Amino acid sequence: MDAELFATLAFSTLRAGIPLLYCALGVLLAERSGMLNLGQEGMMLMGAVVGFIAASESQSPALGVLAAAGTGLACGALFALLTLLLQTNQVATGLAMTIFGTGLSAFLGEDYVGSSIDGIAPLAVPLLADIPLFGQALFAQDWLLYLAWLLALASYWLLHRSRAGLIITAVGEDPAVAHRLGLPVRRVRALMACAGGLMAGLGGAYLSLAYTPLWTEGMTTGRGWIALALVVLAGWRTGLVLVAAHVFGMAGILNLLLQGTGIGLPGQMLAMAPYLLCIAALVLLSRQRDFGRYQSPPGLGQNFSPED
Amino acid sequence: MTPPVRLELVGIGKRFGAVVANDSIDLRLRPGEIHAVLGENGAGKSTLMLLLYGVLQPDSGSIVWEGREVSVSDPGTARRLGIGMVFQHFSLLRTLSVRQNLQLAYPDLDEQRLAQVLGDFDLRIELDVRVGLLSPGEMQRVEILRCLLQDMKLLILDEPTSVLTPAEVEQLVAILRKLAQRGCSVLFITHKLDEARALCREATVLRGGRVAGRLELAGSSDADITRLMLGGEPPPAQLARAAAPPGATALQLRGICAQLPGQRRGRLENIDLSLASGEILGIAGVSGSGQEALAAVVAGEIRPSAGSLWLDGEDLGRSGVRQRRRRGIRVLPVDRLHHAAAAGLTLDENYLLSHYDDAACHSGPWLHWGRVAALATQLIQDAAVRAPSAAAQARQLSGGNLQKFLVGRELAGAPRVLVCYNPTWGVDPGAQANIHAALAAARNAGMAILLLSEDTEELYRLCDRLGALCDGRLSPQLPTAEVDRDLLGQWMTGAGGSSPQRSGACA
Amino acid sequence: MRIERRAAPSRRMQVLSPLLALVATGLTGAAIFAGLGQPPAAVMYAFFIAPVRDLYGISELLLKATPLLLCAVGLSLCFRARVWNIGAEGQFILGALGGGVVALACNEFSAGFGWALLGASVAGMLAGTAWAGIVALLRDRFDCSEILTSIMLNYIALQLLLWAVHGPLKDPAGFNFPESALLVEELLLPTLHPDYRVHIGLPIALLAAAGLWLLMARSLLGFQVRVFGESARTAGYAGFSSRVLLWFVLAACGALAGLAGAFEVLGPVGQVTPHLSAGYGFSAIIVVFLGRNHPVGIVLAGLLFALTFIGGENLQIEFGLPRSITQMFQGMLLFYLLAADFLINHRLRLPGAAPALAGER
Repeated sequence: MDAELFATLAFSTLRAGIPLLYCALGVLLAERSGMLNLGQEGMMLMGAVVGFIAASESQSPALGVLAAAGTGLACGALFALLTLLLQTNQVATGLAMTIFGTGLSAFLGEDYVGSSIDGIAPLAVPLLADIPLFGQALFAQDWLLYLAWLLALASYWLLHRSRAGLIITAVGEDPAVAHRLGLPVRRVRALMACAGGLMAGLGGAYLSLAYTPLWTEGMTTGRGWIALALVVLAGWRTGLVLVAAHVFGMAGILNLLLQGTGIGLPGQMLAMAPYLLCIAALVLLSRQRDFGRYQSPPGLGQNFSPED
Repeated sequence: MTPPVRLELVGIGKRFGAVVANDSIDLRLRPGEIHAVLGENGAGKSTLMLLLYGVLQPDSGSIVWEGREVSVSDPGTARRLGIGMVFQHFSLLRTLSVRQNLQLAYPDLDEQRLAQVLGDFDLRIELDVRVGLLSPGEMQRVEILRCLLQDMKLLILDEPTSVLTPAEVEQLVAILRKLAQRGCSVLFITHKLDEARALCREATVLRGGRVAGRLELAGSSDADITRLMLGGEPPPAQLARAAAPPGATALQLRGICAQLPGQRRGRLENIDLSLASGEILGIAGVSGSGQEALAAVVAGEIRPSAGSLWLDGEDLGRSGVRQRRRRGIRVLPVDRLHHAAAAGLTLDENYLLSHYDDAACHSGPWLHWGRVAALATQLIQDAAVRAPSAAAQARQLSGGNLQKFLVGRELAGAPRVLVCYNPTWGVDPGAQANIHAALAAARNAGMAILLLSEDTEELYRLCDRLGALCDGRLSPQLPTAEVDRDLLGQWMTGAGGSSPQRSGACA
Repeated sequence: MRIERRAAPSRRMQVLSPLLALVATGLTGAAIFAGLGQPPAAVMYAFFIAPVRDLYGISELLLKATPLLLCAVGLSLCFRARVWNIGAEGQFILGALGGGVVALACNEFSAGFGWALLGASVAGMLAGTAWAGIVALLRDRFDCSEILTSIMLNYIALQLLLWAVHGPLKDPAGFNFPESALLVEELLLPTLHPDYRVHIGLPIALLAAAGLWLLMARSLLGFQVRVFGESARTAGYAGFSSRVLLWFVLAACGALAGLAGAFEVLGPVGQVTPHLSAGYGFSAIIVVFLGRNHPVGIVLAGLLFALTFIGGENLQIEFGLPRSITQMFQGMLLFYLLAADFLINHRLRLPGAAPALAGER
C-alpha cells in the first residue's frame, strides 16, 4: 500500500468512527445515570434530517449542527418526560423513539432526498497537516470531528473526575438510596437523558453534514444500535468508548479498506462486518466478567418514583 | 433545671392507601438522651423515623425541633437541622468507595475532621475500599461515620443490631454512649428488649401504628413491656411440643459444600445435618451466614459442589427442583415477593407455583383454573389471609398476609419436609402467631421442619433442637433445653471452638 | 389536580388506554395534516375509510394483516416471558429466504407442487427458528443481551437477503434486476377466493392467535412462560427451567416470523425481492403492545396496523404524502399508549373530589 492511500484510509477511518462516538458518548452519559434509551437510532435520524434541512435552508452547516443538537435534545427530553414523569417502561419507550424517529425523519426529509449541500469544510492545521501518513487524518479534519474528541474528554472529566460524576453514578446505581441522600434523582436523570439526546443529534448531524453531506432515508443503518452495544462493550468507561467507536468505524468501511487488497468478498458480506463484530465482541467479553459487564450501572433501566 | 426538649412529635399521622401506618403519635426527647422506640415488626417504627428524617411526609401532626415547629421536607433539611439516620437497609452506594460515599454527603470533606472523628470514636474503617466489599458491620460503621461528620443533635438508628455480631453490638453501644455524653440525642429503634435495656432509660412502645405507652425501662418487667408491644399476654415461652418423640430421619445432608452464584457471602462448608419427622430443628445465625444457600441447596435451586442429600434414605443429589417437590420437599425462601412468589401474579397463580403437579390442578398439559381458584380461595379463608380475593395480586397484600398465604401454600398437601427462612420477618404480631401455630401443628402432624431464623425468640419458642450457622459452618445441634443464650451466641459468632474446623473439602 | 397512585391496577383503563391513545393519535394526525395544508377530514377518510370501502379493500387489509399477526403472536410469547426479542424482522427475512430457496428449487417441477409448498413453508419456519436460535444461544451460553443481538441479526439478515438477490438467487432472465425468478402459479399459496389475493396464511395466523390464547390461558407451559416473565427467580423456585423457556419462546417466535416471511414469498410477492418486508417485524412489536399482549387484542391491533399500511399507500396515491407517514403514526401511537398507561396505575383527582373507596377499581 502506498503512502497516499494509507493517508486517505487513515483519514476516512477516523471520520467513520465519529457518528458512533457522538452517539455512544450520549448513551454513556444517560446510562451512567440509569437511563436506558434504546431510541438512539431514531434520535440520530432526527438529528441528521433536521440538521440537513436547516443547513440546506440557511446555507450554514453550523446552523445545521445547532438545529440537530436541539432536535436531539428535544427527543431526549421527550424520553425523560415519559419515563420519569409518566413512569413508562424505558425499553418500550426507547423502541417507540426509534420507530417514531425513523418514520418522522423520512417524512420530513422526503423533499430533500437527492439534494446536496456543502458539508462542513475541513480545517487544516498549517504544517502539522503535511506530516506524512497521519498528518491529514489528525490535523486536516472538520471542526465537528474535533468537537467529538473534545466532548469525549469533557465526558471523561464529568463522569470520572467531577463531583457531578459522583452524583450521576450514585443516581445510576441506586436511585432510591440517592433520593434518601437528598440527591435530585429525577432532575439528574432528566438532564442526562437530554444530554444523551443532544449527543445522538450531533452524531446524526455528523453523518448528514460532514461524513456524507446528503440525506437518505434511514441513513444511520444501525449506528444507533451499535453505539448502544459499544457502551456495553466498553464497560461504561469513557476511554474505551472512544477506542471502540473508532474500531467499529473501521469495521464500517471495511469495503473501502479491503479495496486493492485483492480480497474479493461481495459488498453485502462486508457490510455485515460491524454487526458481526458487535456480536463477536459481546460473546468474547462475556467471558471476562470484570472487564465489561460488571461495570454496568446497577440501576440501569429501573424507573424511580419518590412516592413508592 | 430540667433540660430543654430537643424534639417533640405531636399527633403525627401517616397512611398509605387504606393502611394507617402512624396514628397520632407523640414523642419527646431531651438532649443527650438515648431513647428506645420499641415495637414488633410492622408497629410503625420505621415509618415514624422516615417521617422524622424527611423521606416521607406526615399527613397530620407537627414536628417541634428545639422549640420551633419545622417541616422536614427532605433528608437534606433533616441533615441541616442536625438529624442523622442509620438505615436498616444501608443507604450506601456499593460501587463507590467509602470516601466517595462520604463526599456525596459532604461536598467539602475535611480530611482533618475525618481523621479526628475516626480517632475519637475508635472507628476502624478503610476509606478507599469499595463499599460493596465491606461486611454489614463495617457498612454500618460507615453510615455512622457519615452522620458523625456533621454536628449532630439527633441520631436515628433503625434496627441497628439485626446484622451485627455480639462483639459489633458492643462497639456500637460504646459509640452511642460517647455520642450521648456529648449531648447528642439518640433514637434507638428495636424490637429486642435486652438491647433497649442495655442502652436506654426510657422507651416509647408502638403497637399497630399508635403509642402503646411510654415507660421507664428500669421499673418495668419484661412481661409488662411485651404486653404493651403485643397488646396482650405474652405468648407462652414454648408452644406445645409434640406428644410423640421425633420419628425416623427424613432429611439428611452429608458434607454439603455450596456457594450462591455471584455472591461473596452465603457459602456453605461441609454441612452435616439430619432432620427427623415430627421435629422442628432451628438454625440461628446473623444475616448472610449461609441460610440462603442452605435453603437453596435443599430446594435444588443450586447444586452443591460436594456432599449429598438424602430423603428417607434415598439419595436425591441428582434430582432437580421439580422432582424434589414431588417427593415432598418444600422450601419457603426469605424473599417473599420476588422468590417465593411473584409480585405481579395473582394469588391463585401464586398458589399454583407450588401445586402445578397436583392431580387436582391439571390433566395432562392443561390447567384447571377453576379448581386452582377454589383451592386458593379455600386457603385464603383457612389461613385467615386478608385479601380481596384470589384474583388479587401478591403485591397488594401486606407482608403478614402474604406470608400466611405462602406458609399455608407450602403446608398444603402435607409434605414430608419444610425448610423456611425467616418466616415471620417483617410481619405483624397476629400473623406471626398464626404462622407459629401453623408450623407447630404441622410438626405435631409428623412433618420435618428446618427453621432458619435470625430471630432467636422465635427459635426458642418453636424449636425442638437448636443449632447455628456462622460464616457457612454449622454448629452442633442440641435439644433446645440444653442451649442457653450464651451457647447460642457463641455458635452464631463461631467463638468457643464449638464449630467444626474449616475443612479442606470445599476448595 | 392531583395525581394519586391506585391501590390496584385498573382493569377498565387497561382496555381504555389503547382507545385513548388511538384518539390522541388521530387528533394529532388531523392537526398535522391541517398544518400541512391538507384537509384533515379528507385525509383521514383516505387513510382509514377509503381503503376498506369494498370487499377487495377488506381482502387486501386481511392480506397485510397476515404477516403482522404471525410476527405479533410470536413476539407476544417472547414479551410475556420478558425476552425482548426485537429480531422478528430478521427472522421474517430468513424465513422468506428459506422458503424462497426451497420454492425456487421446485420451480421447474412438473408435479408435486403441494409437497413443494409445504416444504417451502417448513423451510421458512426452520430458517426463522434457526435465526432466533442464535439469539437464544447467545443469551443462554454467553449472557448477551437479546435486544442487542437480535437487532444486529436483523441488519445481518437484511444484508444476507441483498446478497442473495444480487447473487445466487438472481433471475438470469431478469434484466439484471436484483430479484429472483417469479414462482410458477402452482407454487403460490391457495387463495381463499379466486378474486382476492388473501390466502390460507390468514386462517393459519388466526389459528396461531387462538393457539397462543390456549397456551397462555390454559396450559402449564404458558403459565411457566408467564412466571418466568414476572420473575426468573420465582420460576427457578417453582422448578421451571429458565433455559427451556428461553429457547421455547424464541424458537416459537422464530418459527412464526419465518412462516410469515415464507408466506410473503409464496403469496402476494411470488418471488424473492429486496423489499419483502414493509417493516412487519418492527410494527408487530407495537401491535403486541397495543393489543395488550392478549390474543384478541393482538388480532384487533393487527387489523388496525394493516389498515395503517394500506392507508399510508392510499395517501401516497391520493395526496402525494410520503409513505413513511405510516411509520411515524405507528411510533406516535406507541408513545401515546405508553403515556396513557400511566392511568392504569394512577388516577387524576380534581381538588375537592371525594377520596377513593378502598376497593374501587
